[in-house]
Amino acid sequence: MIGVIAFYLFSFVLLLSAFFVITSRNPVYSVLFLILAFFNAAGLFVLLGAEFIAMILVIVYVGAVAVLFLFVVMMLDVNFSDLRKGAMQYVPFGLLMGGGLLAELVLLYRAWPVPHVPEPADVAMAVDNTRALGAVLYTDYVFPFQVSGLILLVAMIGAIVLTLRVRSSVLRQKVGDQVARKSGDVMKIEKVLKGAGVDHA
Amino acid sequence: MEWVNKMTALNWVTISPLMPEIFTAVAGLLLLLVGALRGKSSVPFILSAVLVTFFVASCFLFFGYSDVRPLDTMGGMVVVDGFSKWMRLIIFDGLIVSTLLLVTWLKDSQMYKFEIPILYLLSGVGMLFMVSANNFLALYVSLELSSLSLYVLAAINRDRLDSTEAGLKYFILGALSSGLLLFGISLIYGFTGSLSFAEVGGILSQMEMPAGAMVGMAFVLAGLIFKISGVPFHMWTPDVYQGAPTPVTALFAIVPKVAAFGLIIRLLTGPFLSLHEQAAQILIFVSVASMVVGAYAGLAQENFKRLMAYSSISNMGYALLGLLSGQPEGVAAVILYLMVYMVMVAGVFAVLMGLKRQGHAIENISDFAGLGKSSPLMAYSLVALLFSMSGIPPLAGFFAKLFIFQAAVAGGFFTVAVIGVLASVVASYYYLRVIKVMLFDEPIGEFDHDCSYSRKVVMVGAVAFIIIFTFVPNYLLDQAQLAASSLFQ
Repeated sequence: MIGVIAFYLFSFVLLLSAFFVITSRNPVYSVLFLILAFFNAAGLFVLLGAEFIAMILVIVYVGAVAVLFLFVVMMLDVNFSDLRKGAMQYVPFGLLMGGGLLAELVLLYRAWPVPHVPEPADVAMAVDNTRALGAVLYTDYVFPFQVSGLILLVAMIGAIVLTLRVRSSVLRQKVGDQVARKSGDVMKIEKVLKGAGVDHA
Repeated sequence: MEWVNKMTALNWVTISPLMPEIFTAVAGLLLLLVGALRGKSSVPFILSAVLVTFFVASCFLFFGYSDVRPLDTMGGMVVVDGFSKWMRLIIFDGLIVSTLLLVTWLKDSQMYKFEIPILYLLSGVGMLFMVSANNFLALYVSLELSSLSLYVLAAINRDRLDSTEAGLKYFILGALSSGLLLFGISLIYGFTGSLSFAEVGGILSQMEMPAGAMVGMAFVLAGLIFKISGVPFHMWTPDVYQGAPTPVTALFAIVPKVAAFGLIIRLLTGPFLSLHEQAAQILIFVSVASMVVGAYAGLAQENFKRLMAYSSISNMGYALLGLLSGQPEGVAAVILYLMVYMVMVAGVFAVLMGLKRQGHAIENISDFAGLGKSSPLMAYSLVALLFSMSGIPPLAGFFAKLFIFQAAVAGGFFTVAVIGVLASVVASYYYLRVIKVMLFDEPIGEFDHDCSYSRKVVMVGAVAFIIIFTFVPNYLLDQAQLAASSLFQ
């Protein structure tokens, strides 16, 4: 019973916040509603018994992606109402395309002979899925896992090599240079004669 | 516990068939560390270390595991057989050649970025895994590894508009094609319940008209045809070829297509074997369209790199011809074709990169005028290479095309083969035009003296290959047949 209530609550808030994501005028509100939508989707995953995906959703989408969106929205001063201007003229075309695709999907669904779906094995229920994922990640799936690591490394190299600019005009602390400085390079002892002062030339 | 036993299963026996790749990847990581610590001054060291790595790894491959029987490892994710061994050797050769072309360019263009050779290496690792993939998951991750490195390389000259445009265009369209590929894979998984090539093949062969899996196959093939720039998905090729820095264009033209082609061959002879009739329909369309579009669109090109793009489109069309019959002879012809094409393209780019006027690289065909007088060696090498590409008899390119057409005719695809021959006649116009401009047009200005030995090695090596191949074609032909037959056991 409580599960059913929780499901409807999460789904309702999810749909509502998803609706506000696309309707709110202020883009910052949109991103905040997006975060709310992610949290509720995570709640739905917990109800399904997929707690790992729920955690990933919160950590990756809320923790990284949504915050990144927020930064972009706040730092780039994009006027969204300008972007929306003229969007209405595409509505008939969009409806046409969407309607066509929907009709195709319905036709496909009606003509589709129901494939035989095997029941999930009992083992799947006995082990919680974080543990199950951990057991296969470094064994059965070690190859795609490691290659994915390489892909992420390439992404990092790419981001750095395409964006990092070393500017010499920026004043920054160079610890190495500071340590390597010798007193002789910057200091000298001069004998000051009376009445003559020091020649700075 | 069960997983403890599995962990111990990851031992020397399971990883030793993949020694060359693992060695290459680990060397790449170490070199990345060196580059990050030493900065710009380490570029020459890293470049030569990458070359040595490729060479040593290909020696591992050549002298190492020699059994041609298929052996799957890493939990069935990858398979090592005669086909993957030979394809990996070709890829290693391509990587070595493209890295050689990089050597002087880094100095000439003041691009002291140690990441460039490392990205070459990492994309190479992806391509090596691609031809050994035995699972849709392995297929996808290895394809992404190689593509992602290539997107970065296309945009590496980030201060130039055309390079950035090339990178962005390639990235966005590549992401789209990855989406198509993944959608197809998900359909196949949904209909067969497996991602393993062998299991998918077994299940599909028992099904009668597996409609969903067929749609999935169409999407997967579309994703891969994008990578080899087959015609409905070729739009990115000319722009990326033109915009990317020339050695990177050479890399694009030389290696990734071989790897993507290896993947297509593996899919058509493995999981999609029982759907060959349906696959052949797609391939016929792509092949004919590529040959025709590549031939006609190439006629109007003024930029040599763009011309090479259209030439590669039409050449991929010819290579696809060999796959129509689904016989080992056809696959062997394709392997041979890819090999010969790779060598010819490498030679052409070696010449192109050596052409300069007052320190500026030239790219337009009209700028080739007078090359015959000022540097006959380069001019006549280019003549030989372009003759070979257009399929003029005594050279390697002719034999490669001949075997392809033979395979297509043997499979009963007469019309397609005739269209291919006609398209190749049209295409030979643009190759001959370059030769005409180079040898007979009035010289305009002086060419700089090219003093790069690595480029000369590639150029002379390519010319030697296409000439020597005519006299002793048997070794490569036998190896290609051996590689192809290991797929049909």
